[in-house]
Amino acid sequence: MHERPLSPHLQIYKPQLTSVLSITHRITGLVLSAGTLVVIWWLFALASGPEAFATASSFMSGLWGRLLLLGLAFCTFYHLLNGIRHLIWDTGHALELGPAYATGWTVVVLSLIATAGFGFVLFGGAA
Amino acid sequence: MRKRNPLQVALGKGSAKSGVHHWWMQRLSAVALVPLTLWIIASMIALGAPDHATASTWLAQPLTASLVLAWVWTMLYHAQLGVQVVIEDYVHDEGPAFALLIATKLGAAFAAVLALISVLKIVFAG
Repeated sequence: MHERPLSPHLQIYKPQLTSVLSITHRITGLVLSAGTLVVIWWLFALASGPEAFATASSFMSGLWGRLLLLGLAFCTFYHLLNGIRHLIWDTGHALELGPAYATGWTVVVLSLIATAGFGFVLFGGAA
Repeated sequence: MRKRNPLQVALGKGSAKSGVHHWWMQRLSAVALVPLTLWIIASMIALGAPDHATASTWLAQPLTASLVLAWVWTMLYHAQLGVQVVIEDYVHDEGPAFALLIATKLGAAFAAVLALISVLKIVFAG
């Protein structure tokens, strides 16, 4: 099959809240899919005994482990809140431009606040 | 489950697949994941950075083990459905797409087994 030319799309279409939040929902979903495997790895390390668990635990408590958790936390909060926004759409509500933008910004702001709160617990708070 | 016109079935008309089922299960697993995920986050914060004994004691409680497993399995199910859509959207060659879809399903299934055995080991054998 010959490669036929396509009109430019991603290169010229102005990014908007709707499209940006949509692709972010997909990306955070993919990251969380991998994140689930990280959780299973932790459970497996726990089941494998104190030595294996110590390795897993020291990584998760370290700087990179905590950064990983922070990243997963943002993905979780964002995907969960935007997921609820999707479920609301499924009922037929808030599909108009105004409500779509209002709920969209709400998702972004709440996700960032929740992530900041989690970050505080992870790095500075009740350690 | 759904009423289909017998003649149309005999003639082989209509979709060969079940798209609506995928859509519905994605929503159902999403709804389940809202409370489950909130519980997991709260539990993680409460647990902090536990040592092996503390973590084992925590997970060995029947309700905790059940909720953790319910969350992991629902996550894997929801993730498989989501990744399936991503593959179908971006991989256009039928062969590679099929292989990736199968790999995702089998991978998720094995991860579920791994999670089950790990949790059961803690619950029953400490």
